[in-house]
Formats: sequence, structure tokens, C-alpha cells
Amino acid sequence: MAGKRKLSERPGGGSGDVQWCFSQVKGAMDDDVAEADIISTVEFNHTGELLATGDKGGRVVIFQQEPESKNQPQCRGEYNVYSTFQSHEPEFDYLKSLEIEEKINKIRWLPQKNAAQFLLSTNDKTIKLWKISERDKRPEGYNLKEEDGRYRDPNTVTTLRVPVLRPMDLMVEASPRRVFANAHTYHINSISVNSDHETYLSADDLRINLWHLEITDRSFNIVDIKPANMEELTEVITAAEFHPDQCNTFVYSSSKGTIRLCDMRASALCDQHAKLFEEPEDPNNRSFFSEIISSISDVKFSHSGRYMMTRDYLSVKIWDLNMETRPVETYQVHEYLRSKLCSLYENDCIFDKFECCWNGNDSVVMTGSYNNFFRMFDRDYRQDVTFEASRENSKPRSVLKPRKISTGGKRKKDEISVDSLDFNKKILHTAWHPLDNIIAVATTNNLYIFQDKIN
Amino acid sequence: MEVNMEARRILAVSISKLYASRSQRGGLRLHRSLLLSLVMKSARDIYHSSREEDAPSGAQSAPEEPMETSSGPEVPEPQPLSERNSSETVSEESDNKAKDYDCDTVDDKENLSPTKQSRKRRGKASAAPDFLPNKRARLEPGEERYSAPLGSCRVGAGESLATLSLNQVIPAF
Repeated sequence: MAGKRKLSERPGGGSGDVQWCFSQVKGAMDDDVAEADIISTVEFNHTGELLATGDKGGRVVIFQQEPESKNQPQCRGEYNVYSTFQSHEPEFDYLKSLEIEEKINKIRWLPQKNAAQFLLSTNDKTIKLWKISERDKRPEGYNLKEEDGRYRDPNTVTTLRVPVLRPMDLMVEASPRRVFANAHTYHINSISVNSDHETYLSADDLRINLWHLEITDRSFNIVDIKPANMEELTEVITAAEFHPDQCNTFVYSSSKGTIRLCDMRASALCDQHAKLFEEPEDPNNRSFFSEIISSISDVKFSHSGRYMMTRDYLSVKIWDLNMETRPVETYQVHEYLRSKLCSLYENDCIFDKFECCWNGNDSVVMTGSYNNFFRMFDRDYRQDVTFEASRENSKPRSVLKPRKISTGGKRKKDEISVDSLDFNKKILHTAWHPLDNIIAVATTNNLYIFQDKIN
Repeated sequence: MEVNMEARRILAVSISKLYASRSQRGGLRLHRSLLLSLVMKSARDIYHSSREEDAPSGAQSAPEEPMETSSGPEVPEPQPLSERNSSETVSEESDNKAKDYDCDTVDDKENLSPTKQSRKRRGKASAAPDFLPNKRARLEPGEERYSAPLGSCRVGAGESLATLSLNQVIPAF
């Protein structure tokens, strides 16, 4: 069964240990990208068998990993489309004269409890719980109906027969089971399912709400940082996540580069943080844009729950939950951009929100960059590597070659100069299979799947 | 002087971004507006403090052409952010990009620290530049002034952030 493979001992991206190979690419091949096809979120489910993507057009596409073939037991199954559905539609808020984008900001899977799969998907204002279920049998032999559904003439019914279930071609149905709406004034940036599997949080720029999965007509506000006077607004919430094991604990990050850990046992409204994680700013790096680049775009707990990782514009930081004063590890993603901040401000790239992710055993972290580059940092062996997701490197099972960016004056062969980087090709969303060395990397409108080479 | 020019350029870019975000699908983004306002605040303060240095020496020409003033007093150490409740005194000519200014080659101008010393702002520099009309509404007796700065998100009915803030930011386009 797919997903049962044990994580190899050194799953990291360090050179010489793991070789990453191209596996598949999903999405249109043309260079002319339709805006609706831009991928906006990527998420594996808890077993890694399913991989969901959301796009700007409000659609969710779920891929399922094929079971390992008996002929080639060492070869992992491919991911093929399992279900596609329109999760959100554009809406109009007539009161504020605002259009509400249908873009899917986040998808989070619920742990599986029965045959069906459940996921939460959210746009800027509304969260929806979707049930994805399989149907592979259908009843046949109705007494009063023909096979096509038309009712039979009662005069022709002469015998009594009971319908039986017969196999049919697999059909995957997605149906919205809950709609959690009208709870957010500002734009939702995060959702996170609690380890109690009953509640989840949703966060917008100024507030975090706690929901019960069964109850849609009310939610509890647990964080509110809106100042009484909006003139005094100095920071906004940028991401939030529940602790993987402790159902009372969650964190939220801010545009000022701080992370607050809150304990819901302390009080109903968690405006007072239990811990505040903040690293003092390096005065040498102060510039017009210091505030923008210190804004945290993503925060993720490690699977162990001991650490959390934050992503700001130029770096990834690992924090030990027991130490608030500074991160235990800092990795520079693309430090060569520090001198380009002015240009990146002008072309809006400085506002890009990169995400980050952990591998299954928390030994490697990954995040995206520009020019369709993505970076892996091996925490144990202190190695980092840069790869590129491109059609040119997409021969089946071809090994990915590490990329190098030349920052000095002299450019070596095979190195790419900073000036030739394509800032329109950005990798904002990446995901790592929870149990295996399989990664999903989203370029603008394509989803690349890479896996480690099996010898 | 170069700092001044850089600050003005960043201010111009920021204003045009703020203006463009009015027509963005999904409405104004609070986070983005806040970040823009922080950059504008830094740039504006540096611009004003540079002008403050210019004024005593009398090198101030017509405000529309400061970019063409090539000579002037040396720009002092970058000035700190001052405490302000409203940012309606931002001035701008966003289309005045006559100077082909390559920020990447400017030596360390981006890394100027705006918060090295604290300094109280006095006199003319704190007033709106004289080429800008005073847009403050006349108050009725008993009414309190309550102006919204750039970056605030007032979600009252029918009111958008852009309308409010752009009334206070006077673009020259």
C-alpha cells in the first residue's frame, strides 16, 4: 500500500546522500499562463496518498498515488488525478463594494476517520469542509424504475424484485458538507486543524477564530489584535498554526517578524501570549525595506512539536519552543537579493509570500525561491542544495542537478548570475510527503513531483 | 541629496502602488497597505529631514523641481521616524522620474538607518509643503478630528481605504 515505506535514514537534500529525481509534472505546458490556473496552495494528506492543490480560479485538484506495482516493487506509484471540483466562486460584498476572490488560500486535510476523505479549503472570507468519497457500486434492478431512472408504467410491473448492488466504474464525488462564512472582516491567511480533530482555527490579518467542525453558525474569537484606533496599527497576523500534539497550543506570526505562542487554557481570549519569539534586528542590515523583509510569511511546527520554522523574505529560521530569544538555526535562502531590495520593491516581488515545509522526520526543511529554484536545508549535516523545477530537467527519473548562483564577480561555468534570474518564475508553495521522500513543488501553474532515487 | 532623491523615488513608487491597489481584485490588502505605509513613512521622513537641511541655506527652488536641484547642502545623517498620527502631508510627483536612478549601484543608500537618533521635528518641515492645498476639512464646533493614515482599513459601509487615504495623499498625476 502506498505510503508505508519507511523513511530512509538520511533523507536530506545533502549532496551525495540523497539523489532527487524528476517524477512527474502536472499542468498545462504552454508559456501563456491563464490566471485561474495559478497554483495557490499544495498539501499532502496525512498518509501522503493524496495530494491536493488549490488555484486562483477557486478549483481544487486532488491527485492520488497509485499503489506500488507488483512487477516493480521498488518503484513508487505515480500521482494521478483523483478528483477535481470547484471549491469557491467569486462573490461580491455589496455592503463594502468589494469583490471577494475565489482564490484558494489554504487547504488542510482532516485525519481520516472512515472511508471518505475530508479537507478544509478557504478563500479570503469563507472556509468550506469538503467530503471526498468513492462510489464503486450502484444499485440495479429497481422495481418501479427503469435503469435510466424513468418510472415504469405500473401496469407493466408484474413481479417484485429487490435492487442489488453491482460494481461500477469508480466515481469520486466531492460534496461541500459545511460552509463557515461571515466570520472574518479581513482576509483569511491560515487555517489549521487541531489535534483534537474536532476544532480548527482560521486567521485573518487581525483576528483568529476557533471553530468546531460541526458548527457553522458561530465561532469563538481567540485572538484580536485590532487596535481601538486603527491609526495605531503597527502589525498584522500573517500565519497561524495549531501545535501538532497539544490541543491547547497554537502560534501566530506577525508582519513584524515575531511569533506568539498562545495557550487556550490560560484565558478565552489569547491576546496575552504565553511566549513571544523575537530575534533582535541586526542594525547593520537596516534599510527602507527592513520591515517588509522581516515580515513572516509562513510558520510551521515540526512533526515532533518541539520546533517551529518561520519563513521571512530572505531566510528560514528554526526556533526551539523552549527558547524565545533567538532561533536555534537560520538558513539564508537567497541572501544575494539583499542588495536588490529596491528593485524587488518596485516589481512587487518583495511582497511575495514564500511557504516552507519539513520532511517527515524533521531533519530537512524546504522552501522556494525565484527562477523556479527551490532550496533544501539538511539540519543534521548542515548542507544545503538548490534545485530547479523546469521542463528542461524533466526527463523521467532524471537526477536533479544542484544549481549554483554566482554572487561574486566571476561567474563559473554552470553558474547562474543574479541578474539573469527570472523573478516572474517563483516557487511559493512546496510540500513534503509525511512519510517518504516525495516532494511536490508548485511553479506558477505547474506541479512538479520529485522523489529520491531508489537503487 | 542623493538620499533625498532616493526617498522621493521610493515615495513615488509607493504612492503609485497604493493607487494601483485600489483596483485590485479582492479589495485592499491590509498587510500590503501596512507595509507600503511603513516604507512611505521612512521615505517621507528622510525627505522632510533633507528638506529641513536645505531650507536654511536657501537652496530650495520651486517644490515641483527639487529633483533638478543638483547642488545643495550635504545631506546629514539619516533622520529617525517621527511620531505622527496622520500622513496626509505626503507630497508627490510620481511621474517625475526624470532622474534615471539606479538604486542598485548607489553605495549603501538602501541601508541607511532612519532610526539612529531621535529628533523632534519643528517648524516648517512639519507643515504641509506650500504647493499643496490644505485638504483638512473645516471642523464643526465640538467635532473631533479623526483622520485615517495610510494603511488603515476602515471597513465602514461604502467607504474604501483608498478613498480615505488618497484624499490625504495628493498625487500630482
